[in-house]
Amino acid sequence: MNKQVTFKIWRGDATGGKFVDYTTEITEGLVVLDVIHKIQKEQANDLAVRWNCKAGKCGSCSAEVNGMPKLMCMTRMDTLDISKPISIEPMRAFPSIRDLATDVSWNFRVKTKIKKFNPRKPDAEDGTWRMQQEDVDRVQEFRKCIECFLCQDVCHVLRDHHKHEEFIGPRFLVYTAALEMHPLDTENRLAELKQAQGIGFCNITKCCTKVCPEHITITDNAIIPLKERVVDEFYDPFGWLWKKIRPQG
Amino acid sequence: MATNYETHEFDVLVIGAGGAGLRAAIEASAAGVKVGLICKSLLGKAHTVMAEGGMAAAMGNVDDRDSWKVHFADTMRGGQYVNNWRMAELHAKEAPSRVHELEAWGAVFDRTKEGKISQRNFGGHRYPRLAHVGDRTGLELIRTLQDHGIHQGITVFMEYTIVSLLKDGERVVGAFGYDRERGRFRIFKAKAVIVCTGGLGRAYAVTSNSWEGTGDGVSLAYHAGAELLDMEFIQFHPTGMIWPPSVKGILVTESVRGEGGVLRNKDGKRFMYDDIPDNYKSQTSMDPEEGWRYTQNDKNAKRPPELLTRDHVARCINREVKAGRGSPHGGVFLDISWIKEKIPNSAEHIKRKLPSMYHQFMQLANLDITKEPMEIGPTTHYAMGGIRVNGDTQATNVPGLFAAGECAAGLHGANRLGGNSLSDLIVFGKRAGEYAAKYAKENPAGTINDAQIEAAYREAMEPFERPAGTGSEGPYHVQTDLQNMMQANVGIVRLQNEMEFALDGIQKLKARAAKVAVQGHLEYNPGWHTSIDLKHLLTVSEAITLCSLDRKESRGGHFREDYPDKDPEAQKYNAVISKAADGSMKLRREPIPAIRDDLKQVIEEMKN
Repeated sequence: MNKQVTFKIWRGDATGGKFVDYTTEITEGLVVLDVIHKIQKEQANDLAVRWNCKAGKCGSCSAEVNGMPKLMCMTRMDTLDISKPISIEPMRAFPSIRDLATDVSWNFRVKTKIKKFNPRKPDAEDGTWRMQQEDVDRVQEFRKCIECFLCQDVCHVLRDHHKHEEFIGPRFLVYTAALEMHPLDTENRLAELKQAQGIGFCNITKCCTKVCPEHITITDNAIIPLKERVVDEFYDPFGWLWKKIRPQG
Repeated sequence: MATNYETHEFDVLVIGAGGAGLRAAIEASAAGVKVGLICKSLLGKAHTVMAEGGMAAAMGNVDDRDSWKVHFADTMRGGQYVNNWRMAELHAKEAPSRVHELEAWGAVFDRTKEGKISQRNFGGHRYPRLAHVGDRTGLELIRTLQDHGIHQGITVFMEYTIVSLLKDGERVVGAFGYDRERGRFRIFKAKAVIVCTGGLGRAYAVTSNSWEGTGDGVSLAYHAGAELLDMEFIQFHPTGMIWPPSVKGILVTESVRGEGGVLRNKDGKRFMYDDIPDNYKSQTSMDPEEGWRYTQNDKNAKRPPELLTRDHVARCINREVKAGRGSPHGGVFLDISWIKEKIPNSAEHIKRKLPSMYHQFMQLANLDITKEPMEIGPTTHYAMGGIRVNGDTQATNVPGLFAAGECAAGLHGANRLGGNSLSDLIVFGKRAGEYAAKYAKENPAGTINDAQIEAAYREAMEPFERPAGTGSEGPYHVQTDLQNMMQANVGIVRLQNEMEFALDGIQKLKARAAKVAVQGHLEYNPGWHTSIDLKHLLTVSEAITLCSLDRKESRGGHFREDYPDKDPEAQKYNAVISKAADGSMKLRREPIPAIRDDLKQVIEEMKN
């Protein structure tokens, strides 16, 4: 049953690197991360790779498998053609640290700039709220996000145009959508979305939705509704007029 | 020499950024002190994300008969009365407030029809009690704490590992560690240190724990003079994946059984009816129909035997497999697909109730759980034992050192109920943060001892200096041998001679670990990191084995084939591990303090 497979793994750091071939035997039922661990154990003790849960729940082992952004722990070997070498490289939208580990700290900095959750006053005297399930379904979809950053990796605004200073990327548009559509939230984040967070850069190519391992419909359910809200707020002439003339208080 | 290392100064340093660590850091910073938070991985990736079923809190939203008293009694019964009763009391009383607080910070729990937080059934809980979000409650917990915590002014160190706690006389005054990404060592000076490093499942070959679960905090605290408690009590979760081999050990949530899933052997028999412990007989249904109604929230129905405590279910599965009635890959069958007999559109129902389980089996095992049964078997899941703490303050016996979460001991006694872990994290994470901040305000900064830093540095760097070849080996082989030995000899079913063999084996592995060699560089070098983790794994393995040898009875997660019954005398003490002056590990038995009369009465009332 055992078969040979060759992995072309990118080895290197911020100063550069190259693909190195590793050939090993595999058994039935393995995922890409198992093979990486096998190579790490037998041939390359110092091969750098991030991983934690190995069950698609923590979003640590993001990489590009044959050029496709994937979680290595959820990519079964029997879905790949092993008659040819399989390329494994780090996410390319972020700076390299070493081998398959990339510097994703930019994502953590971006999140701190988004206004935090700010709930309305509790509904009941005991300090609790009432919400119907159908009112939280939409937000719960966004909150499935495991922060693997594959959507950021595949987004051409970040990957090809390097707009990291002007655009927060699909992950944080989903994050903002979860806050904006939270039934209890009272904050308004539309001005920042339009300006500093650059929602206009997204031209809805939906690549992010395609790679999301949690199957969050990022573009349709999060980004487009946010774009509509921004448009309503800033570009609707009737709305603008109404806001000027409506009775105050 | 110490001037060579960058030094960070805090009032409170929290080591570990799962649920307990984050909650502790939030509480300490809210008390107005300067807080540093060490994450072994990236922020928000800690093992808490793996928790599926929910967090137990007696809010009574689904069944108003629930109260802190019932929750307290359930926790004590589950722990078989060797729990720290004060912790069980505080936990039951405070969990509802901690859950409501999460909602105020943005958590979005599943709802009841009245719009309240929904609660589900779980093993050992008398009423539906677990606040949940589908089967990804741990992710909701950690993300809520993370997203709240990043606005609190906490300094976060991602991908840092602590190799030693620093002491000034008897007191802990900081920690020494390195950052994974660059391999640079750092000194963290702190008036108080909270250890929240989670579990130690990586001491075993089959585990639900990630690479991080190497018992770091338990070992760091032990070597700094802290006492450990009841290390023999390890929870083997009854339902881990067993096929394909690469996923062996990954958890299958108890919610599958909570939603009506049943266990069958290869003959199709629901074997859990064969063995129902006496103290649960009055609460358990012998009628499959009634058991089904229980899972569908019929208040008058009793629970099916699949929802007995985890230790018991794990042993029943073990028994079926050993008797040759197991599934093809050495487990048993867990079936939720059968509910199609009961519910129209059951496939959609299962996908909505158990989305990540559906996903996990579909993607990793190519199996549709709405159509076929899963193959499952026990997996090393949780350490009930750990660092001994004061139930109110989470302080250890070492001044300035606190602990909370899985690495701390007491709340769960001999066996933890599902759902009591997430609530443990937020109840005692908060308390640890509160009392560590108080300690930091009341005590001046200590003095860092350069000699301790140099010793820790040399120990960490030694694996690079050993020549490859002559008598040395890579760290992974030693780790694998230890895991296999613990699995085989100090696992679900324990025997005196096997454990003696393991104890001797640990000494031999220590000698091998002292000779491991690693190659390469300091930056993000997993081989080197594993060589450092080995010390922790060996320390906790020795403690587990010593305690298991000493407890000559079976209780909760500790089952001895040579002493299969409970010994009433053994209910009266905890095992305490400490480091002797000569560096050896010592065990002593210490009587459990007499339970307060009012709590004793609560237990008696709830026995019926």
